[in-house]
Amino acid sequence: MAEQIALEVTRFSPERDKVPSIQAFDVPLRKEWVVLDALNYVKDRVDGSLSFRWSCRMGVCGSCGMMVNGEPKLTCATFLTDYAPGPVRVEPLKNFPVMRDLIVEITDFLGKLSKVKPWIIRAKKKPLSEGEYLQTPDELDTYRQFSMCINCLLCYAACPVYGLDPLFAGPAALALAQRYNMDSRDEGKSERLDILSQHDGIWGCTFVGECTEVCPKHVDPAGAIQQYKLTATQEWIRSLLMPWGGKS
Amino acid sequence: MLDISSHDVLIVGGGGAGLRAAIAVAETNPNLNIAVLSKVYPMRSHTVSAEGGAAGVIGPDDTLDEHAYDTISGGDWLPDQDAVEFFVKEAPEELLRMEHWGCPWNREPNGRVAVRPFGGMKKERTWFAADKTGFHMLHTLFQTSLKYNAVTRYDEFYATKLLADDGQVQGVVAIELASGKIQAISAKAVILTTGGCGRVFPFTTNAAIKTGDGMSLAYRAGAPLKDMEFVQYHPTGLPFTGILITEAARAEGGYMLNKDGYRYLQDYNLGKPQPQPVLRSMELGPRDRLSQAFVKEFEKGRTLKGPYGDVVHLDLRHLGEKKITTKLPFVRELCLKYENLDPVKELIPVRPVVHYMMGGVHTDTNGATPLKGLYAAGEVACVSINGANRLGSNSLTECLVFGAQCGRAAADFASTQRAPGRHLLAQAVDEETRLQDQFLRKAGGRERISEIREEMQRTMEQSAGIYRSRDSLEQAAGKLSELQERFRDIGLDDRGHAFNTELVAALELGSMVDVAESIIQCALHRTESRGAHQRTDFPARDDQKFLAHSVVTRTAEGTPAVNYLPVKITRWPPAERVYGK
Repeated sequence: MAEQIALEVTRFSPERDKVPSIQAFDVPLRKEWVVLDALNYVKDRVDGSLSFRWSCRMGVCGSCGMMVNGEPKLTCATFLTDYAPGPVRVEPLKNFPVMRDLIVEITDFLGKLSKVKPWIIRAKKKPLSEGEYLQTPDELDTYRQFSMCINCLLCYAACPVYGLDPLFAGPAALALAQRYNMDSRDEGKSERLDILSQHDGIWGCTFVGECTEVCPKHVDPAGAIQQYKLTATQEWIRSLLMPWGGKS
Repeated sequence: MLDISSHDVLIVGGGGAGLRAAIAVAETNPNLNIAVLSKVYPMRSHTVSAEGGAAGVIGPDDTLDEHAYDTISGGDWLPDQDAVEFFVKEAPEELLRMEHWGCPWNREPNGRVAVRPFGGMKKERTWFAADKTGFHMLHTLFQTSLKYNAVTRYDEFYATKLLADDGQVQGVVAIELASGKIQAISAKAVILTTGGCGRVFPFTTNAAIKTGDGMSLAYRAGAPLKDMEFVQYHPTGLPFTGILITEAARAEGGYMLNKDGYRYLQDYNLGKPQPQPVLRSMELGPRDRLSQAFVKEFEKGRTLKGPYGDVVHLDLRHLGEKKITTKLPFVRELCLKYENLDPVKELIPVRPVVHYMMGGVHTDTNGATPLKGLYAAGEVACVSINGANRLGSNSLTECLVFGAQCGRAAADFASTQRAPGRHLLAQAVDEETRLQDQFLRKAGGRERISEIREEMQRTMEQSAGIYRSRDSLEQAAGKLSELQERFRDIGLDDRGHAFNTELVAALELGSMVDVAESIIQCALHRTESRGAHQRTDFPARDDQKFLAHSVVTRTAEGTPAVNYLPVKITRWPPAERVYGK
C-alpha cells in the first residue's frame, strides 16, 4: 500500500446543509501531486459530488484558489508533500460567501473590477493608421508587475480590511487600477481616483501587506495601494490649492 | 417554469475569440444587445495559457506573401489560400489594435513593438508579451470588454444544446451552474468560440475545460466538422503534467538533445545545427516534424527513460540567466515549480504532448457555418488557415482576426433578422427532461465518468497519436462505440442542483466521445500522410485524392459520415515542404 495522507475538505450544499462541515478522505501521497490532484483523485474515484473549480493546472487561469491549512493558495501549485504527514485541510477562500463545497461567490470582485475602469482611457484616440503608441522598456516596467494579476483572489482572502469592510475595492482591483494609471498610454488616472476616493477603504489598509505575501504572481498589491494613497493625497492637496482645475 | 431571455447576438465561449467577437459586434452596431456565455469566468479561458506570441507582419523586410507562404507550407498545402491571404492581411491591424487597448507587448529600446522568431516562420513576426502572451491578451480583451454596456455576461453557464427552428440556429439551452437552473437563451445569431478538445487525449497542454463542447453542440445540430484528423502534438511538454514549454524557448536559441547530448533534429531533414537559431531550420522547424522526429528517436533507442515515459532534453543553459529571466520568465517559473529544476543550470526533460486541433466546425472566411445563424471562430472553428499543421503563434492571431470578422458578420446578419419566438421554449423543456432523465433523476447507472473518460483517452493516444494505421484506427472506432453505449449507463454521485460539477463533467464527456469518434473516422478515411496526420500504412502525401478537407456530419443514426471538399488554391500550387535550406 502506497503512503497515504489525510485530506480534510469543506463540504456544503445549499440545498441540504445549514452550515458547512468537514469530511476527511485518505488519498495517496505522491511526490509529484499537488493538492488539486488529491481533490481530483477524490472526485474521480471516491465521491463525484465533491465540487471545486480548476482549469489550467499551471498557475495562470486563477480558478483553483483555496485555503490550504489556513493559508490562501493556488491548489495547482501547492505540493501535497509539503504537508506530510498531514492532515492537509482544504477550505473555500476566506472572506467570500460559499456556494458549494470549495466554490465561493466572486461576483463582488467582478463588480469592483469594472468600477475601477480597467481599460485604456484617452481624451483623443490615435488612429490605427498612425501605428503603435511608443512605450520604452522602462515605461513598460513601471506597470508590468501590476499587469501580472491573474484574479485568483488569494489577496482578498488574506486581506484583513476586506474581511471587515466588504465595500473596500480590495487589493487586486486597486493593483489593476494602478496598472492602467502607470501605463504611459493611459490618461484616466483622475477618473479612477474619483471612484476610489468615494470610499474610505484604501485608508484602512495598513502597511502589513498580507496581500503581497500571498500573491502567487508577485504583483505586490500592497505597493500599488501605497502608491495610490500617495497620489490621492497629492491630488487632494492640489485640489485645495487649485480648486478650479487641479485634476485635469 | 423555464425562463427565456433574448439577445441579438449570443457568443458561447469567453476566451480570446469570443471577447474579440463581442467587441466587434458592439462596434459594428451599437444598438445590438450582446450576450457572452461561458462555463467559466472569461478570464479563466484557455487563451490564458498561450505563451509564445501572436504572428503578424510588422518588420520592413517582411511581407504578407511570406507569412502566407509559411502558413500554407507549414499546413502541408491543406489551408485554404483565400482564407490565409485574408488572415495575414488582417493580422497586423488586429495586433496593433490590441496595443491600443493596452496589451503590454514587449518593446524595442526605441519604444516600438518587438518581435521574435518562431517555428516554421521565415521572418521574425511574432509579437509577444514575455512568455505570457495569451494571458496578457485575454486580460486586455476582458478588461476592455467591460466598458461595453451592450454586453451581458452569463458567467458559469454551460450550454447543452443549440436551439434551432427550421434549420436556423436561434439560441441555446444552458444550465446556470450556481443554481442548476435550466434556461433558454435566444438570439438572432449565435457564435461559437468554445476552443478545442485536447482533453480527448490523456497527455495534453490543454486545460481541463478544453472538452470540445462547441464542436459537439454544432455537430449534434447538424453542422459539419472539418479536418478533425489533424491533431497537433507540441514537441516540448513537461512529463506528467503536460505543461507547455513554449516554442519561444527554442526561438530564443534552445537546443533539442537526445540521450547522447546530440542535436538529433539534424538527422530528420531539418537542416544543419548552428550555434544561433536559424529560421525554418532545426529547432525552428514546424511542430509536426519535430514531434515525428521524437518518435523516430525513441524507436532508435536514443531517448531517455523517465517515470512518465521517454523524454528528450531541451537545453537552455547557454542562453544565460539574463536572457532566460527577461524573455522566458514563465518557462523558468514553471520548471522551478513543477519539475524542481532551474533551466539556467539544468536540462529540461520534455516529450511531445497534444496541444491543438487544426480541425473544427466548418466555416467560411466570415466564420459562418452551413447552418443559418451559426458562426464559429478560434480553435473550435476550422476556416481553414491551419490545414494539416498549425504554425506556432498563428492561433492567437486567428482568435483576433476571425473573432472580429465573425463578430462583424453576425452583427450584420442579426440586424436583418426578427427576434425568435417564444415557441423555442418547448425545445428547452424537452432538453430539461433529457438532462433529468439521463442524469439527475435516473435510477441506478453503473458507469463512472472517470473510467469512461480514461478509457477514451487511452484509446485515442494508442490509436490516433503521432502515427496511425488502419488497424489502430479500426480498433479505436470499435472501442468508442462501446464507450458511447456505456455512456448511457452513467450514474452520478451528485444529484443536486447547486454547482453540480459532476453533471458538467458528464456532459463534457458526452461531447468528447462525439469529437473522438469524428477524429477517428476522419483519420481512418484519409489514406495518406500529411502534416500532423501520419499513416504508417500510407506514408506519402497524395494530392491526387486528398488535396481536400475532410467534412464529417452526423447521420440520423448518430454515426459520423465523412465527405471531402476541395482545398482553395490561389497562388501557391502544392509543392514539397522544405526546411533547413
